Amino acid sequence: MSLILGPAPHTMQQGDTGAFMRQVVYATGPGLAVLTWIFGWGTLINVLWAVIVAVAVEALVLTMRGRDVRFFLSDWSVVVTGLLLGLSLPPTSPWWLTLVGVAFAVIVAKHLYGGLGMNPFNPAMVGYALLLVSFPVAMTAWIAPFDVPTFSESVALFLGQASPDAFSGATPLDTFRTWAGDAQALAGHDILHGRIAGRGWEWVNAAFLLGGLYLLARRIINWHIPAGFLAGLALPALAFWLVDDVRYADPLFHLFGGGTMLGAFFIATDPVSAATSNQGRLIYGALIGVLIWVIRSFGGYPDAVAFAVLLMNLAAPTLDYYTRPRTYGHDKPDRGIG
Amino acid sequence: MLSLLRGKREPIHDFPGGIHPPENKARSTAAPIRPGPLPHELVLPLNMHVGAPARPVVALDETVLKGQLIAESQGRISAPVHAPTSGRITAIEDRPVQHPSGMTATCIVLEPDGREAWAELEYRPDWAATDPAALLEQVRHSGLAGLGGAGFPTAVKADPGEDTRIEQLIINAAECEPYITADDRLMRERSPGIIRGIRMLAHLLRPDEILVGIEDNKPEAIQALRSAAEGTDIEIRVVPTRYPSGGEKQLIQLLTGKEVPAGDLPARVGVICQNVATAYGIYRYLEHGEPLLSRITTVTGDAVSHPGNYEVLVGTPVKDLLACAGLDADRLGKLVTGGPMMGFTLPEPAAPVVKTSTCLIASTPEELPEPPPEQPCIRCGACAEVCPANLLPQQLYWYAKNDEFERAQQHNLMDCIECGACAYVCPSHIPLVQYYQYAKGEIRNQEAETAKADRARQRFEARQERIERQKAEKEARRRERREAQRRKQEAAPSGDDGTRSDAAVQASATSAGGGSAASGGSDGSGSGNGDDESRADERARRMKQLKVTYNKANKQWKQAQAAFNKAQRDGADNLDQLSANVDKLRTRADEARAELDALVQEAKTDVEAATGRDLKTLKKEATDAELAARRKAKEVQAAREAGATEQAQSLEREHEQLRQDADDKAAWLKRVMEEQGMKEDE
Ligand code: SF4
Ligand code: SF4
Repeated sequence: MSLILGPAPHTMQQGDTGAFMRQVVYATGPGLAVLTWIFGWGTLINVLWAVIVAVAVEALVLTMRGRDVRFFLSDWSVVVTGLLLGLSLPPTSPWWLTLVGVAFAVIVAKHLYGGLGMNPFNPAMVGYALLLVSFPVAMTAWIAPFDVPTFSESVALFLGQASPDAFSGATPLDTFRTWAGDAQALAGHDILHGRIAGRGWEWVNAAFLLGGLYLLARRIINWHIPAGFLAGLALPALAFWLVDDVRYADPLFHLFGGGTMLGAFFIATDPVSAATSNQGRLIYGALIGVLIWVIRSFGGYPDAVAFAVLLMNLAAPTLDYYTRPRTYGHDKPDRGIG
Repeated sequence: MLSLLRGKREPIHDFPGGIHPPENKARSTAAPIRPGPLPHELVLPLNMHVGAPARPVVALDETVLKGQLIAESQGRISAPVHAPTSGRITAIEDRPVQHPSGMTATCIVLEPDGREAWAELEYRPDWAATDPAALLEQVRHSGLAGLGGAGFPTAVKADPGEDTRIEQLIINAAECEPYITADDRLMRERSPGIIRGIRMLAHLLRPDEILVGIEDNKPEAIQALRSAAEGTDIEIRVVPTRYPSGGEKQLIQLLTGKEVPAGDLPARVGVICQNVATAYGIYRYLEHGEPLLSRITTVTGDAVSHPGNYEVLVGTPVKDLLACAGLDADRLGKLVTGGPMMGFTLPEPAAPVVKTSTCLIASTPEELPEPPPEQPCIRCGACAEVCPANLLPQQLYWYAKNDEFERAQQHNLMDCIECGACAYVCPSHIPLVQYYQYAKGEIRNQEAETAKADRARQRFEARQERIERQKAEKEARRRERREAQRRKQEAAPSGDDGTRSDAAVQASATSAGGGSAASGGSDGSGSGNGDDESRADERARRMKQLKVTYNKANKQWKQAQAAFNKAQRDGADNLDQLSANVDKLRTRADEARAELDALVQEAKTDVEAATGRDLKTLKKEATDAELAARRKAKEVQAAREAGATEQAQSLEREHEQLRQDADDKAAWLKRVMEEQGMKEDE
C-alpha cells in the first residue's frame, strides 16, 4: 500500500491564483462595456489584441526560459496585465502601439525581473509609461465622448490606416488643465459638466467602481488600497477646491475623471507590486492618491495614475518595513530596515 | 470575590486572523466512545512525550501486570510508561513510530495475555487534603503528557514554580481542528470526571479563576460540562468556532486578553493551560489509581466504515485500530495522524498509537487529495490576514526560501505556531508551514552550534585561567617558604650554608607522622597557613617517594614470590634463601604501604579540617554535580529535538549553571587533593 504523503495542512481552501485572477478579469467587464459604449469599438479591439499579445509573448518567454508553459499560463496573471494595459490605452491606438507596450510589459517589467511575484513594478503601468514617454501624441489621442467612430473606422484606426486626428478630442482632465484659472472658459466647456463629473468619463469611472466593489465583495482585494487611494486624491482636492474653485477641480471631478477608479481598484491593488501590510496598504494607496492629485494639478501630464503607481511601487518595500504589524507576544512592532 | 466574578459575564476577547475550514466532525460524533482493539502486541515508544525518553525498568520475557511501571522517567522533563495491559515483554528494540519520515525509535513491545490482570494501584482519594507539592510528586508518576497532542509532561506543566501566582487555570476544550471529536465525545460522556480532574488541577495550582474554553460548535458537550460544573467555581466559556482558537496562545488571548511574551511560557503571565482530556486523566489517576494506559482517539475519514471515537490502549498499532474501525485499504489515500491542519501523514500504518494521538484520518484520495503544484507567491496578503500571530507569512516564506534566516528571525519566524492557516488560504498552494519548519530547524541547528562553541570557549578560558592562577599561587608559596627558611637560617647562625637547608627540610619531612617541617621559628614570619601548606607540600613529596618505593617493592616481591614458587616446583635447594628474600621484600612493601596509608589518612583529615567535609563527600559532590550537568545536557538535547525551543532555552540556562557548578567542584576537589598531596586515583 503506498500512501499519499505531504506537508500540513492537508486540506485547502478552494480556488487558486488562476481563479483569483479570473475574478479580476470578470470585474473589468462593466468598465470595458462602458468604455466601448462611449468611445467605440477601438477599446474592445485593443483590449482583445493586448490580451492575445500578452499571452503569446508570455508563452514565448516561458519557452525560452525553459518553463512549463501551460502551468505558468494557468495563473492568468498575464491576461490581467494585457487587459489592464489595453483598458488604459486610447481607443484610437494602432496595433503596433499596443504590441510594443504589452511586449515591453511582459518581457521587461515581468520576466526580466524573474516572472510573476518577483516584479517590483506593475508591468501594465511600466508598459503604459514607456508608451506615454515614447509616443506622447498617440497616447493622448482620446476620442470625444459619445463621438463614436463606426466599426470600420475603428478597424482602420487599429490597422493604422486612418489618422486619429480626425476623431480625437481633449478629455475633461486635459480641458480643465488647459483652462484652469479661467472661470469663463471653464464654464463654457460642456465636457466638464456631466452629471457628476466630466462627461462620459463619469460613467467609465462609475463602471470601474462597480467592478471594484465586486472585487471587494468577493474578497479578492481588500479595502485598504482603494480607500487610501480615493481619500488621498479627494481630500487635497477638496481642500484646494474650497480655497480656489477656479484653479482647482472639485473632488468629484477627480474621483470620476480619468483613470481614477481603474487605478484605485484594479491597478494600485496589484498585490505583487503593492505594500503588503494593511497599514502599509492604506498609506500606499493614500500616497498614490495624493501624487495623482499633485500631478494632475501641477504636473505636465494630463493623467497620472501610471506614474503615481510606479513611484509608489518603488516605495512599497520601505513602507512594508515601517508598517510591520506587532507580532503576538511582542511589546511593540519590530520596524525599520534591519 | 469569586462569586462576584461569576456574577458578571466576562467578555470574550479576540485573536487576530483565523479561518473556518470545513469541520467534518459530524460523522465521528454520532456514536458513543467504543473500546479499541486488543492487538496481539502493543508497541510502547519510550518517548511519547516532550523531553527525555523514559528508561525501561523491565527485562525481556518479564511478565507485567496492567498498570505496572515499565519505564521510568529520566530527568525532570520526562514521563514514565506503564503497561497498558497484562502480558509479557517480548522485545525492547527499535520500531517505526509515528513520524512523517517513518523514523524508528526504541520501544518496549508487550504481548498481551488477555487476562487484564491489574497491578497494585495507589489510590489518592484524599487528594483534597494532600499537600499540593506531595500531590504533584504523585502526578509525576501518572505518565500523563499533554493529551491534546502537545505531549508536554503534565506534572512539569502543573509546576510553575513556588513564587509564580496563577491567575487563570485554563482548560482547553476548544478542539478547533476539523475532523477531531475525541474531546467532544469525552465531555459529552464523562463530564463529571473531567470536572473532578479540573478541581484537582486547581488544588495543585490554586488559581484565581478556572476557565474552560470550548468552541460553540459543541452544544451537547457545553451542556454536559455546565451541568457537571454546577456549584463549583469552574466557568465554562464558549468561544466562537474559528481555527485556531484551541492554540494555547490563542485560547489564552481569547479568554483573558493576555499575550504570552515571545519565547516565554504562559506561566509568565499567570496562566496555565491544560487539555480537557489531561484533566480527565488526572482524575483517573488520583481517584482510581490508573496511570495513563489508554486514550480516546478519533478514527475518521472516508476510508473507514465505522468512524468514531475509540478508547485505545496506548501502543496499539495504527493498523489494528484502523481495522477495528473498518478500514477499506483499497480506498485509503492519505493517512493523517492529528488533525488535517497540523497533523502529519504516516508513510505506513505499523506505527503505534501514542499518548498524543488525538486523531487518525484514513482519507480517500478524493477527500484529502495530493496538494496542487506550488505557484509563485503573488503577495496577495491572504496569508497575513489569517495569521493568528500577526506575522507576515509571505515575507517569512520569501526569507525561508532564500535561506535568509536572519531576516526570517527579524520577522519573528520563531513566533509562528505552525497552525497552517496561511497555507490553507494561499491561492498559490504554497506549503508555507513546510518552509517555516525548514527554516526553524536550520536556525535551531545554527544556534545550538554557536552555543556549543561558546561554551567550549568559555570553559577553555576558565580552565586556562585557573591553571595560571594555581601556578602563580604555588609560586608565591614557594617563594614565601624560601624566604622563611632563609630568615630562619639567618636567625640561627649555625654555620650551615643555604645548600643544606633543603636537605634538612626533607629530612624532617620524612620523619614519620609528618612532623612540622617549617618550624614556627622565633621570627614568627610564617603564617599558620603557610605552615600548613608547606607541610602538605612536603607530605606530597614524601608520598610520591613512598609510592615509588611501594610500587617497586611490590613488584619485586611478586617476582620473588614467583621465583620461589618456581623453585619449589623445580625442587631447588635454595628455597630458604628465596623465602627470606620474599619476606624481606614483602615487609618493605608493607611498610611503605603503611606509611603511605597513614599519610593519606592524615591528608584526608587535613582536607576535612580545611573544608569541613571529608574527601568522600567532596568527591561525591563533584561526581553528583557532573552527573547532574550531563543529565541536563540530555534534557536540553531532547527538548531541542522535540522542537520545544522555549523549554530548551530555559533548560539550557539551567544546564549552564550546573555545568559551571560541576566544573567548580571538580576544580576545587582537584586543588584540595593536590594540596594535600593526593593524586586523584587515591
Ligand atoms: S497567500 Fe500565498 S500567494 Fe498570497 S501572499 Fe501569502 S504566500 Fe503569497
Ligand atoms: S503557520 Fe505561522 S505564519 Fe502561518 S498563519 Fe500560522 S502562525 Fe501565522
